[in-house]
Amino acid sequence: MQPVLEVTDLAKSFSGVPALRDGRFRLQAGSVHALCGGNGAGKSTFLTIVMGIQQRDGGVIRRNGREVSFSSPAEALANGIAMVEQELSPVPAMTVAENIYMGREPLRSFGRIDFATLNRQTQDLLDGFGFAIRATSLMMDLTVAQTQLVEIAKALSYDAEVIILDEPTSALGEAEAEYLFAAIAMLKQRGKGVIYVSHRLSEIFAIADSYTVFRDGRFVQDGAIADINKDQLIQLIVGRPLTEEFIKDNTPSPEPALKVTDLTAARGVRGISFTAHKGEILGIYGLMGSGRTEVFDRLFGLSDAKGGSIELAGKPVTIGTPVDAIAAGIAYVTEDRKGSGLVLSASVRDNLCLATLDRLSPTGVMQAANEGASAARMIEELRIKTASDALGVASLSGGNQQKVVLGKWFLTEPRILLLDEPTRGVDVGAKREIYRVMSEFAKAGGTVLMVSSETDEILGMADRVIVLKDGKMAGELRRGELSAERLLHLAA
Amino acid sequence: MERNEQTTAGPRLTAGAIAQKYGILIALALACVTLTFISENFLTTRNILNVLRQTSINGVLAIGMTFVILTRGIDLSVGSLVALTGVVASSFATTATTGFIPGAPWPALLAIAIGLVVGMACGGVSGTIVARFRVPAFVATLGMLSAARGLTLLYSGGRPIPALSEGFRWIGTGSLFGVPVPIFVLLGTFAVAHFVLTQTRFGRHVYAVGGNPHAAKVSGLPVNGIRFAVYVISGGLAGLAGIILAARTGSALPQAGIAYELDAIAAVVIGGTSLAGGIGRVSGTLIGALLIGVMNNGLDLLGVESYYQQVIKGVLIVAAVMMDRSKNKQD
Repeated sequence: MQPVLEVTDLAKSFSGVPALRDGRFRLQAGSVHALCGGNGAGKSTFLTIVMGIQQRDGGVIRRNGREVSFSSPAEALANGIAMVEQELSPVPAMTVAENIYMGREPLRSFGRIDFATLNRQTQDLLDGFGFAIRATSLMMDLTVAQTQLVEIAKALSYDAEVIILDEPTSALGEAEAEYLFAAIAMLKQRGKGVIYVSHRLSEIFAIADSYTVFRDGRFVQDGAIADINKDQLIQLIVGRPLTEEFIKDNTPSPEPALKVTDLTAARGVRGISFTAHKGEILGIYGLMGSGRTEVFDRLFGLSDAKGGSIELAGKPVTIGTPVDAIAAGIAYVTEDRKGSGLVLSASVRDNLCLATLDRLSPTGVMQAANEGASAARMIEELRIKTASDALGVASLSGGNQQKVVLGKWFLTEPRILLLDEPTRGVDVGAKREIYRVMSEFAKAGGTVLMVSSETDEILGMADRVIVLKDGKMAGELRRGELSAERLLHLAA
Repeated sequence: MERNEQTTAGPRLTAGAIAQKYGILIALALACVTLTFISENFLTTRNILNVLRQTSINGVLAIGMTFVILTRGIDLSVGSLVALTGVVASSFATTATTGFIPGAPWPALLAIAIGLVVGMACGGVSGTIVARFRVPAFVATLGMLSAARGLTLLYSGGRPIPALSEGFRWIGTGSLFGVPVPIFVLLGTFAVAHFVLTQTRFGRHVYAVGGNPHAAKVSGLPVNGIRFAVYVISGGLAGLAGIILAARTGSALPQAGIAYELDAIAAVVIGGTSLAGGIGRVSGTLIGALLIGVMNNGLDLLGVESYYQQVIKGVLIVAAVMMDRSKNKQD
């Protein structure tokens, strides 16, 4: 069968540095094909060339056997290739219909928009794929998952035969992801070819039919998912055998480190009580809107307290602002790395030192030597890969950016580490590093609280899990009792 | 294997990159060299000191504006504050018998201090409105622009405050080692501001708040306090500029400083500071202010009508930002 999209020997260099050397890919109609690789493997470069966002240096792209070359995304769309980007960019104050048909609105006389037709057309499109979304809803009223479905509907509205999904689940919880997978299954049924990019291997094994692995800008291997297992795939992606996906050698002590009683916040948290111990990694699991992030916000003084008490190592503390929390020895790696973790316009060093400026400058005047030493220590301990600490943090890969956020917090010498989705958008190799750091922190007597919507990660790392639902505790599971089914059962 | 797709961001020392990095400095040098060749009056000690003296007021205002813009804010009130602080300080320094401050003239330093405090207080009001009540800076300082102008007219009765004391006028007209005092004030302000922004904890806070206020807050920075402080700085420096202007003129005019905020913003923007916050240098601002000063002076020397000067300034501002854009267009 002729592939709907076939790419050979695709190459691209940026100022002399090759990002992609021989991109190869064969996509069959009616299949889901996972494109795998670590950060820097060349996946993004590959996709941006296929979409006509960047121009190739060499290689051939064939669409249904015909050689093509796109100089803009509009040309790619006209040829039936559409991409749903990782960072969604809807116009929040416009309706679903207006977003989907932006620039292609049906018109009446005098250039007026024919809203009746527009809305009907959109509703037909959404209903046709079984997406339970109203065409006239405002984008800002939708959940992230629904927004994603709208983006997919938009891609489909161009009659695309090749649909590229770049990390579509990175902002979704498990339950929302299920809707997306159902939608993908239907696309497959209708003969579309789906290119699926994700760092979450469990998803790839759940929905993909075939895989292609890139590493260091080169094609490594492709084949059917049925013929490969997870360990083999990881090995292809990182280029060396990985003994274990997770690293965990901490042992929880019976000594309580953090005890919260009846914790309540103005929004999202309604009377939660639990205790975390020294040396423990406590998993917090819940669907979107369950209050999992809100618990952290409340513990860190980012949301308005409405009640409840917090005890650290047996002493009651009041936390009203992040300053209080930091002083109490709490550190918080937020879910949104770019939005609230990093100052993207600043250097690696400035970001690392951001939460410890007081300590680094007792007189108010910065001591460059102190800063340099702190940054150097974290770069070494966390194995942050950067040519220099003066480099802009924006130029680092996702995994290394996440390590910079962790480093910023380790410099505050915390006792409690709050991690919200610590490995989101991080490749397999860097994930392991983050697990190693977590484990070492707990082993040294620290306490880790980790929110994750990846069940594998919770199962692999947590000593104990509390499950949240609607801002309340829905249950607690010890490591021995953990299973994906139980977690989901409690959370849903 | 961590070499990623963004390798393009790495430094490349091509001619284009150098031109972009030092574009403003090169433009200033080119302007000076060109003017030296086409006008024999440009490169004279007298004229250079004149340019610097003329730049001092806009330079001081622009340095304050740099702090505000680095935090993603804007201060539209500085022109009005120049008038208000000039009038208030002068009312304590006038030797005219019609003055309404008993015992005036007060010692010059005291009058100057009062002017600075008035500027900082007005900045503090704007800062509170922006930081505490979350009103957009554009609106808060637009309000201050109008209110401060009104207060100036009320305070002075709409009339100039004449006959300022010798001591007070020294700050605008005096000189040390043959160099006018305002130039020392400008360079001193620059040196302090540069030190604060590059070497102090507060400076880091300013960049972090402008670069990403959420991350700054999560990292435990006093975001509201920093936002407040930059308006106090801007107001205080507007006070300094107002005092220099009044001292130089010899009397304080309630109509002084109209549209000065626009020249200050222009100097900041030409100097490469991003209106989106978090990126910029006070040295760029100084060069931007000097470029505006040299250009005005050069066009004067060449006998170009002042109307054209405005057009040319407009082109310069937009061109500077366009250059900045092309530098950052990689996204």
